[in-house]
Amino acid sequence: MAQITCQNLAIGYDGRSILRNINFSVNEGDYLCIIGENGTGKSTLMRTLLRLQQPVSGMIQYGDGLKNNEIGYLPQQTMIQKDFPSSVREIILSGCQNRLGLRPFYSRKEKKHADQIMEKLKITELEHRCYRELSGGQQQRVLLARALCATDKILLLDEPVSGLDPIVTKEMYRLIKRINRDDKITVIMISHDIRAAIEYSSHIMHVGETMFYGTTEEYESRWLI
Amino acid sequence: MDKLILYFQYPFVRYALIVGVLIALCSSLLGVTLVLKRFSFIGDGLSHVAFGAMAVATVLNITNNMLFILPVTIVCAILLLRTGQNTKIKGDAAIAMISVGALAIGYLLMNIFSTGPNLSGDVCSTLFGSTSILTLTKAQVILCCILSVLVVTLFVIFYHKIFSVTFDETFAKATGIKTDAYNLLIAVITAIIIVLAMNLVGSLLISALVIFPALSAMRIFKTFFCVTICSVVLSVICAVIGILSSILAGTPVGSTIVAIDIVAFLISSFIGKVSGGNAQ
Repeated sequence: MAQITCQNLAIGYDGRSILRNINFSVNEGDYLCIIGENGTGKSTLMRTLLRLQQPVSGMIQYGDGLKNNEIGYLPQQTMIQKDFPSSVREIILSGCQNRLGLRPFYSRKEKKHADQIMEKLKITELEHRCYRELSGGQQQRVLLARALCATDKILLLDEPVSGLDPIVTKEMYRLIKRINRDDKITVIMISHDIRAAIEYSSHIMHVGETMFYGTTEEYESRWLI
Repeated sequence: MDKLILYFQYPFVRYALIVGVLIALCSSLLGVTLVLKRFSFIGDGLSHVAFGAMAVATVLNITNNMLFILPVTIVCAILLLRTGQNTKIKGDAAIAMISVGALAIGYLLMNIFSTGPNLSGDVCSTLFGSTSILTLTKAQVILCCILSVLVVTLFVIFYHKIFSVTFDETFAKATGIKTDAYNLLIAVITAIIIVLAMNLVGSLLISALVIFPALSAMRIFKTFFCVTICSVVLSVICAVIGILSSILAGTPVGSTIVAIDIVAFLISSFIGKVSGGNAQ
């Protein structure tokens, strides 16, 4: 069964839909890129998938027992985070929050989990650094590590490479691909970069005036002749 | 020194010191979160609400006015902290509106239904807390202790939750944390602290107790944990120095504490500059 299935979904605010007739399903291990112009509702779609807001109509089904606390999310940076006094470790551990349930503190298990993820993303040496003093690429890695702490099933990424330089961007894309391939974690990513989407993803969804959903090969043959 | 020992033989001086330290501790605990969440002015807003509520309580002749002020302030805190999301009037405007509104209505009521002979004196001491901390009864001190223990316990238990809600509310919500519940908790704790602190520094100066220690700590330290601890320590030290020197010099308690807080902030800024923010 698919992890996420959308049927005739319409999304928007206050009952007014900005995007209609969304139909797609994401299976385990898929790498779906959502592309489209600014203001077409990509982020709104992601917020709806994350259950941060209600769909206007239609429905979203979560399969495979996917619970709300099994989703990892990499949001766009907020103003608050730019001057937030916090060490990298504190932030990454906060991703384990949804495993705690009613327990108030982290146990050794969560700390070890966070250590392993830091190791995997090669940010162990940043552990005690202050988040706001890191470079843009390092900050994104930290937030990705936090997202991975929250899930081992599915990652939702909202423009994870915005503001990064080309080299760091490429590293980030490769890292996400590796996580997708090696750990079988489903990836749903919002992106502007059609070329990178074609290179890395398995499925593409184009939102806007013309809607498209299909595999990357289908997208290439239909749109890029 | 002799003078201090003499003063400490009076219970009201000891009460003032106990209550002062407890309030400084509680207010600075939450200060870090409020400053980072961009709610620095919430203390100001809520304290004016508490002032308005106090005026109403006086007019209605409610003997234990705490029982009236606390619920009213809590309700307003919940309303104000909710405005972050989707409301017609945005956060800062809502706070400004409620705070000046409550202040005006409070003063108006006190004027119309004037109870005491020295109205402006009453108002002044409520606003600046000039003497009320030295007139605390034993019951008030015990109430203050209970509420402080409650605040500190809640903060420790929910420390990690408060961190994630402060750092990134969207992420927390998306990954299944009940952010609304924790925002509510923060609002309620804030309201409790504000009402407590009214006795100490008066309703106009509460914001200072909430924001100054947090800002000073942020100048020096760079992790959330260190900032929180440092802000508590600084706040307690400043409160003790402030209360003692106000007793010795005969100055108003509230404004003396705030003045010491300002000095501490300047020193911290300097330390932060010199160390280049390298302290861990």
